[in-house]
Order: sequence, then C-alpha cells, then structure tokens
Amino acid sequence: MSALSLSQWQFAITTVYHFLFVPLTLGTVWLVVGFQTAWYRTGNVKYLKLTKFFGKLFLINFAMGVVTGIVQEFQFGMNWSQYSRFVGDVFGAPLAMEALLAFFLESTFLGLWIFGWDKLPKRLHLSMIYLAAFGSMVSAYFILAANAFMQHPVGFEVDPETGRAVLNNIGEVLFQNTAMIAFFHTLAASFLVSGAGVAGVSAWMMFKNRQVDVFRASAKTGAWVVLISAVLVSISGDMDMKIMVQQQPMKVAAAEALYTTQENAPFSVLSVGDLSGDQATNIIEIPGLLSWLATGTWDGPDSTVQGINDLQAEYAQKYPQYAAETNFTPYVPITYWGFRLMIGLGMLAALYALWALFALRGGRVPRSRFFAFSSAVIVLFPLVGISAGWIFTEIGRQPWVVFGQQLTADGVSPLLSSAQVWISMIGFTLLYLVLAIIEVKLILKAVKAGAPEDPVLDPHGDAEKAADKQLYFAY
Amino acid sequence: MDLDVLQTIWFILIAVLWTGYFVLDGFDLGVGMLLPFLGKDEAKKRVMINTIGPVWDGNEVWLLTAGGATFAAFPLWYATMFSGFYLALFLVLVGLILRGVAFEYRGKGHTDAWRRRWDWAIAIGSALPALLLGVAFGNVVSGTPIEPLAGSAPDLAGQLNFTGNLFTLLNPFSIVVGLMTLTVFLTHGAIFLALKTKGDMHAVAKSAAIKLGIVAAVMAVAALLWFQAYSGHVAVTLPLALIAAVAWLVALFLVLKDRDGWAFFFSAVTIGLAVATLFAGLFPNVMVSSTDAAYNLTIHNASSQHYTLTVMTIVALVMTPIVLLYQGWTYWVFRKRISTSMIPPQVSAPAPEPMANAAG
Repeated sequence: MSALSLSQWQFAITTVYHFLFVPLTLGTVWLVVGFQTAWYRTGNVKYLKLTKFFGKLFLINFAMGVVTGIVQEFQFGMNWSQYSRFVGDVFGAPLAMEALLAFFLESTFLGLWIFGWDKLPKRLHLSMIYLAAFGSMVSAYFILAANAFMQHPVGFEVDPETGRAVLNNIGEVLFQNTAMIAFFHTLAASFLVSGAGVAGVSAWMMFKNRQVDVFRASAKTGAWVVLISAVLVSISGDMDMKIMVQQQPMKVAAAEALYTTQENAPFSVLSVGDLSGDQATNIIEIPGLLSWLATGTWDGPDSTVQGINDLQAEYAQKYPQYAAETNFTPYVPITYWGFRLMIGLGMLAALYALWALFALRGGRVPRSRFFAFSSAVIVLFPLVGISAGWIFTEIGRQPWVVFGQQLTADGVSPLLSSAQVWISMIGFTLLYLVLAIIEVKLILKAVKAGAPEDPVLDPHGDAEKAADKQLYFAY
Repeated sequence: MDLDVLQTIWFILIAVLWTGYFVLDGFDLGVGMLLPFLGKDEAKKRVMINTIGPVWDGNEVWLLTAGGATFAAFPLWYATMFSGFYLALFLVLVGLILRGVAFEYRGKGHTDAWRRRWDWAIAIGSALPALLLGVAFGNVVSGTPIEPLAGSAPDLAGQLNFTGNLFTLLNPFSIVVGLMTLTVFLTHGAIFLALKTKGDMHAVAKSAAIKLGIVAAVMAVAALLWFQAYSGHVAVTLPLALIAAVAWLVALFLVLKDRDGWAFFFSAVTIGLAVATLFAGLFPNVMVSSTDAAYNLTIHNASSQHYTLTVMTIVALVMTPIVLLYQGWTYWVFRKRISTSMIPPQVSAPAPEPMANAAG
C-alpha cells in the first residue's frame, strides 16, 4: 500500500477511535455538572452519589479522549505536511486557539475538580466542573470550525505566487454557518450519546437491584436528555442538510445514492447499487422526501436535487487542473449506509427513551430482563450512530481534503515512506486495542462497584484545619 | 505592525511556550521517570504520583499549544519538522499516551502486577518525550538534511523537506542534547518532589536531586558549549549558557541547604535559560538545513501572513496571562506538602453482589 492510503487508514483509525470518547465525555460532563449542582442545591446525598459514580466513568473516558487527541494534532504535520503547508495560514489559527482557550481551561479545572474536594469551598469546587465542561465545549467549537473550513472553505484567498491559502477573515472561518450548525448538531448528538449511556447504565443497576432509588433518578435524567437531544439533533440535522445541498451537493447525492438530477427526489430507505457503480435501484423509497429534506419543497423546480453523474461531469469541467479521469465521487456504499445508520440508530435511541420514561412513570421501577438487556444494548446505538455520521461526513467530502481546493492525495507528506506509516499505524492500532480492552474492563468494574454507599457529605475545607489530615482523594 | 516584527514576536512566543512546557511538564516527566526508582513502596509511589496528579495534564497542554502555535504562525516549519521527525514523534506520542492513561488507571486496579505495569508505563512514557524532544531540538538547531523536492515550483520554501531518516536524527550532538533534557528533567522532578513532600520521601528526593543534578550539570555544560559551534550569535548564547550553568549550581546548592522552593525556582530558571540559549542561537532560522544554508527555514520564509499573525498575536497576548493566572492558582491550591501518612487507602475492591432487596 502507498504511504497515502496508509496515512488515510491511520487517520481514519485514530480519528474514529478518538471520537468514541469525545461525544461520551462532551455530554457526560454536563450530566455530572447537573448532578453536582442538584446536590449543591438540595443537599440530597443521592445526587452526590451520582456525581461520584458518573464522574468516575467520565474520567475513565476522558483520559482516553485526551491522549488520543494529541495524536490528532500531530498527524496533520506528520502525515499531511502538504495539506499543512497549503492551509496552515488558515487552519492553524483555530487549532492554536483551541489549545489556548480550551485545553488549558479543561485540563486545569478538571485537575482542580478531581483533587479539590477537600481543598475548595463547596461552591467554588462546583464551579470547577462547570469551567472544565465549558472548556470541553469551547474545544469542540474550535475543532469543528477548523473542520468546517475543510468542508466549506471561507475567509481566505489563494496566494497566486506561492499557491498557499492565506487567511483574510477570521470571523468568517469561526462563525460561518457550516461551523455553527456542525457545532449544534455534534453537541446535541453528544448529549444523546451520553444520555443513553447514563440511562442504560442506570437501568442495568436497577435490574441488578443496586441502589435503586439513586439510579432511578439518573435513569430518568438520562432518558429525558436522550429525548430532548433527539429533537435537537433532528432540527440541527435538517439545517445541516439544507446548507450541505448548497455547499457540498455531491455529499448529499452520495448520501442518497442519487445518480441523476431530479425534482421531487425520493428518499430511499433501502437500495442496491449495480456493479458499474453509476446507478442504484431503490427497493423501498418515499417519494419526494429527499427533495423536502434538502430544499424544503416537495416538487417543482425548487425541489431539484443534483445527482452524482451530473455533478461528476460538472466538476470535471470546473476543475480542469486535475487529470480528466479524476473521480470526484466519494465511495457511495459508505456514505449511503453511514447516513442511514446515523439516522436509524438515533431514532431507535429516541424510541428507547420514550419506553424508559413510560416504564419509569409515577415512581415505577422497571425490573424486567428484557428492558434491562435492551438498556445495555441501547448504550451503544447512539455511539455507533454518531460515529457513522462522522464517517459519512468525512468520506462524503472525498476526494477532497479541502473541498474544491485541495485533493486528499495532494495533501500527504511527500517523502513519507510506506514503511514509516506501517510502523506507526500498526503501533497505534495495537496500542489502541490494548487500551480499549483495559478501558472497557475498568468501565465494567466501576459500574459493578456502584455508587459509593457513604460518600463523606461535606469534605470541603477540612484540609485547611488539620495539616496532616489524610487527603480526601488521591490517585 | 511590520511583518518582520510579528515574525520575531512569534519566534519569541514559541520559545516562551517551549520554556513553559519544559519548566512545567519537565518536572512531572522527571517525577514519572523516577517513580520505579524512588518509589520503594506503594505509599511512596502514591505520594510521588499525587504530587503531580492535579497538574500534569495542564502542564502537558503547553506542548499542544507550542505545536498549535507553530502550526498557526510558522506552518512550513510545522510541516517540515513534523513530517521529517516522523518516527521520533511517533515514539513521543506513544509515551504521552502511555503515561496519560497510566496516571488515571493505575489506582483503579487492585493487584500488584497491575500497578507495577502502570508504573513502568509512567516511567517509560515519561522518558520517551524527555529524551526525544531534546534530540529533536538538537537536530533543529544544529541542522538536518533539508532540500527542495525535485522539479520544484517557484515557491521554494513550500517545497523544503527533511530528507534524512530516524538514524540521521541520532547524531552525537543531538543525543547529548537529549541526554541533557533527560537528566535535567530527572533532577527538576526530584527537586519538585523535595519541594512537595515531607518525611522520608523528602529525604529520598533530596539525595536523588543532588546526585542527578551533578550528572545533569555535566550533560548540560557539554550540550550548551558544543552548541556554540552551531550558534549564530555566540556573543549572546555563550553568556546565556554560562549563566544557566551558574543558576544550576545555585539550584543544587539550595537543595543541599533545604531551601526547596528557591532550589526549584533556580532549576526552572536554568531550563528557561537553556531554551533561550538554543532559540537565540537559532534565530532567525527555525530549522537549519545542513545541505545548504539557502534551504534554511527561517522566520521569514516559513511564517504565516500578516493578517494571521496579527490575529494570533492578539489572542496570545490576551490569553497567555489569563492561563498563567489560573494555572498559578492551581499550584497555590495544592501548595501543601504531602507525606506517606496523608495518602488515603486505595478505593476498595468492587462491592460484592448484594442480596435481593438488600439495596435501595
């Protein structure tokens, strides 16, 4: 395999892996914020137990998110140096801002939260987790703005002399609708993932008859979070689709395996492509739905959705600098099924949330085996769904690394040898596999251990009184 | 502001970020490497880990910021260095992954074998960046084979690539620089341990700091004097190197006198001066080409354009003091020395499955 393909595989493996932990922590931290705030305001020890229990699960995931995130920042330069040269003037800015504005905030205040229980007054200690959670959100914002530039480059011009992109409007890069909507959509989906995680784990604990009064509260919270996020995910997803059809029509066509431009375009629920790869046969379809999703109209000229074959012809003309045989079409089976998996799994999670809320109504405690096992499985659904969504987004942009500006093939480091990338790719993959096994074990162990039976109620400020007192928390 | 001025500001800012990284993460890398050697029993090990527990992650962000800032301000430097030092950086990443996970996971298992494995993950994961980042710096300042791709476009700077391999990087000078960072961080970590602990741990840390400090002094003097051969401004870098050596001796003397706080301060000053020496000697280059001086990457040909540098200058000037302020506050919150007697028992093993109805 070439260094290019290997670098693509490595980026795919490390990014997908990294992004398993990101949405989980991005939403869970706010649930922990919620539990600790509830404890602070009501004094009910139940909420302190939930803070501790889900705080621990959060930290196990957070550690993985941090260390796998460093790899991402380095990879742009290591494997994609031509890309970095081309966009560095633009793309580097949000990355540097992310480090300065978000990473410091996140890591510093999380450290204070973990170790500060007995060192800080109660209210101040609570504000530490707020700041850490806010830092995570800021981080998500900057990296999504950077990604949005790759999807829909704005705020720059290409210097004719050097052929490199030069930033001329940072506001456009940071605040273009592509970035805002991606942020809204990703954040809502992360809450969906985390809500499902909290609800699923809590339902399992109730089934096991462990601290039922405690976990009933979190099951309900989780289910509500899933339900509300599902609505927000749909709204933001709809907004995203409507700008995508203008900014990256090829991606929309690939999501639908829509090969020919048409009005009143149908949404295919199930479809098979033929071997030539330039058409698909829909087995089940809903007439006009794609047009409505993409344009807001069912039929008439306004409902036109461009098809893959027509776009391919259009791009071949528009980008004469590339060889005539350049394929401007992403790999359709992945975009088509990625898109469906994302929507389908998200919808299933929303249905589960309705079921859970029904089962929990009026003080009931669901104990059926079926509900418990469904809950355990549903934890994974939105996680796979959000991953499928991002795989769709990134594969759907191909063959571009910066849409309309640079092909992925032109972004790779020119002198990188396959041997080098083989070493790093195998290294990362093995390391990540081992860590995945350890992390799942630790999560299961932490779940099994349950919430602390008797957390010290008010440790705050004790350490100040006695010099040699035991630390409230230590690694 | 003139582009020249902005480029110089960013050269200085990146030196500042590396100083921040080496001063701060330097000591927690040091403590990490010392863990299997000074942590003779579980209580001591936990004291060591807990001295850096609340702060190591924030310290490591200085590295990410240095990387991000290089990307934003000098994208061609970032591109050439990161793609060129590929395998070395891969090993640095493996190290950072291992130690980052290890701090969080070590205490969550309950067998000695589990903890022992994570101890080594912390030690090796700390040693890899401590050594290899020094080696990388040695190569940046002394020069590596860098040349334009064949059939280059008119944009020469955009075509400059590192043409060596991992073994090109392992040259004597750069290895000496790597050994300097390794031993200086070991000592810096031991001094930090002395500052943050009391009782038997303090005594162990103090004696380690002295012994390691002498080895580090030899390495640092060797590296910084040898560097004068590559330095573009010996009139500046030689005095800086000599002051650094004096500051180091002062630090070691203060360790002997049990003035731990001041010792740590001088150790930090030494690291700052060493970074300043290397950057001053490098200026205005950012990566030296050993092939031909015409292929040097400099602050002029490797930088972003005026607008980006202006935006980033504003962000950096506003945010860096704020970051320093709240990171400084963290150290204030966790200012108390800890001892083995203050470490709480490890969180208990998983609770047994309760009887039906027993819970709730």
